[in-house]
Amino acid sequence: MDVRLDALGVDIGSRSVEVVGLAGGEVVVSLKAPTAFDPAGQCARLLEGLAAGRTTATGYGRDLFVRTFGAEARLGVVATVTEIQAYARGAAHLFPEAHSVLDIGGQDTKAVVLAPKGRVLRFEMNDRCAAGTGKFLEFMATALQVPLTEFGAFALRGRRGLKVNSMCTVFAESEAVSLMGAGERPEDIALALHLAMVERLSGMLRRNACAAPLVFAGGVARNPCAVALVSEWLGTPAVVPADPDAVGALGAALCALQAAEMRA
Amino acid sequence: MSETTYHEMWEKLNLDLPAHDALLAVLGKFYGDIYMSQQGRLKGMEYLDFVLSEVHGLRIKELQEAKAAGRKVVGAFCVFVPEELTLAANCVQVGLCAGAEAGTELAETLVPRNTCALIKSFIGFKLARICPYIESCDLIVGETTCDGKKKAYEAFSEIAPVYVMEVPQCKSDADRALWRSEIVKYKARIEELTGEAITADKLGQAIRLVNAKRRALNRLAALRAADPAPISGRDALLINQVSFYDDPVRFTTSVNALCDQMEERIAAREGVAAKGTPRLLLSGCPMAVPNWKLPFVVEGSGAVIVGEESCIGTRNTRDLVDETAETLDDMLEALTDRYLKIDCACFTPNAERQDNIIALARDLKADGVIHYALQFCQPYTHEAFKVEKALTRDGLPMLAIETDYGMQDVGQLKTRVEAFVEMLKA
Ligand code: SF4
Ligand code: SF4
Repeated sequence: MDVRLDALGVDIGSRSVEVVGLAGGEVVVSLKAPTAFDPAGQCARLLEGLAAGRTTATGYGRDLFVRTFGAEARLGVVATVTEIQAYARGAAHLFPEAHSVLDIGGQDTKAVVLAPKGRVLRFEMNDRCAAGTGKFLEFMATALQVPLTEFGAFALRGRRGLKVNSMCTVFAESEAVSLMGAGERPEDIALALHLAMVERLSGMLRRNACAAPLVFAGGVARNPCAVALVSEWLGTPAVVPADPDAVGALGAALCALQAAEMRA
Repeated sequence: MSETTYHEMWEKLNLDLPAHDALLAVLGKFYGDIYMSQQGRLKGMEYLDFVLSEVHGLRIKELQEAKAAGRKVVGAFCVFVPEELTLAANCVQVGLCAGAEAGTELAETLVPRNTCALIKSFIGFKLARICPYIESCDLIVGETTCDGKKKAYEAFSEIAPVYVMEVPQCKSDADRALWRSEIVKYKARIEELTGEAITADKLGQAIRLVNAKRRALNRLAALRAADPAPISGRDALLINQVSFYDDPVRFTTSVNALCDQMEERIAAREGVAAKGTPRLLLSGCPMAVPNWKLPFVVEGSGAVIVGEESCIGTRNTRDLVDETAETLDDMLEALTDRYLKIDCACFTPNAERQDNIIALARDLKADGVIHYALQFCQPYTHEAFKVEKALTRDGLPMLAIETDYGMQDVGQLKTRVEAFVEMLKA
């Protein structure tokens, strides 16, 4: 027998798939799996045994989701929203006083300024390259041979003073390698790389006049150094949700719920 | 159509036949995906479908016939080249499109890598020998607009018959005098090419002819204010693209026929998208054939495009040449004035462009503007900032897009455009 929900949100990102289910206005299901090379298969596994009146997909795999699951009756009406809308809705639901959202995912970075009720006032998404995204940190952690999950804590032990000038992933990597060759401490290099990334992000935040309270979401919000540096730039702590990767799926589920209510 | 005759013709033009066949195959597929998949198209678009299917065939044949009859073919890359003078000397003028990624590696042997896709494309087309238009030209007229083009023409003149007009960068009296003298020089150059003198009579006729074409396109543009939108942005862009190489008289008649159909459709309250669909104005760099990427993305994201503020759009058609002039001298004055009204981002300070965008967006009842700039295009990427400021002040949301001819970023573009449309709907 399927677990019956009011609404489901599915976020298919480049690194992970998240599912959030709502019933009676509460989050009753929250699941996560790596995207791997089979996003549709991962979605199918996560959605096993779930049913909803309405399902909304977001993330770069949202159209794939509709093609694959659009006709599945137990998921109800299947629709899509963009990650921008989904993160805005999710963040505003968790933190109604939020002014803006910074979401750094595996492949893209977005800055969103919120309007009342989780609507989007303005947004910017990074261009096609990996600079300033989770991918950047992933490459750099590999170059310094530090596990990605520990990279932030590792960088926090660094001392300031080194500078990485390039934000191009390829060039930054070779800069890091030559700093290592020059005998610099890996912790200091790691910190310099984080600083370079946050400097790049601050341009995006400044252009869009993002201000506190700022919700920092997406996978990179689990990196304590990134959070510390963004907070430093803001002059006040960034707000990090308990489960920063699930904000998109939550937002998608809220969009599904709203659409269902509008039809009722 | 008889492919073999065309193959002979293409061979005579010294095209690289296998590469050219490959280009046509890609173009055909692309056109099918983007155009033939549309619902509720106007009957009159059949003419455009036909013209496009024969873009390297019948139209090139016509050009060869014109050349055999002693007429010259003049190519241009910019709407600053006064078509009236070209036509008054009994030449054919064609716009050289450069909207596809082709011969990029070859092009990068002549121009730096950080050059916009449009420039790389025209150099690439020439070096790869796949454009029958370039190969048909007796003269190619360049102009000193952006630095990229200015320097590219230096390299291009080594491999093609190039003549460059000096377009000023400001619009003072001295600039006007310069532009006036450039128009006179171009007249002399084209007379030298043809051995025919341009008379007041011939120029007057040409002015009326080109004005008639612009009027037809302006009529079409104005009809797009209707909601539901009577024509898709893709189709309207195609019409503007075709205006650069089709026979002007035949083209004008076809566009007017299409406008009649649009009027019927508007009267019946029908359109290509439901009433209330978010309406967007595109603004920025020209989109040359077959650069249909962004319109395709936009119209696949739940919006409809209602206008193009670009040189393949209203920047080319908005202003007419005064038809009341009687002497040759007065006509040259009228041409000077008309062409200096072009609000290209190559000018400084070019404040009129912002006003024109706002006025156009209001006339067409646009809900928002998408500013489109090619990567590495200094003039338009710069203007994106001030245009956004001006539009925001006026309560018009704007999304700035910077892209090129590659398809790698289609997914990203779609997310941004969809998010913009969601924002407008909320
Ligand atoms: S944008 Fe400027 S340079 Fe380009 S075709 Fe138009 S007027 Fe010419
Ligand atoms: S798109 Fe920009 S850079 Fe390219 S030719 Fe036109 S004005 Fe120059």
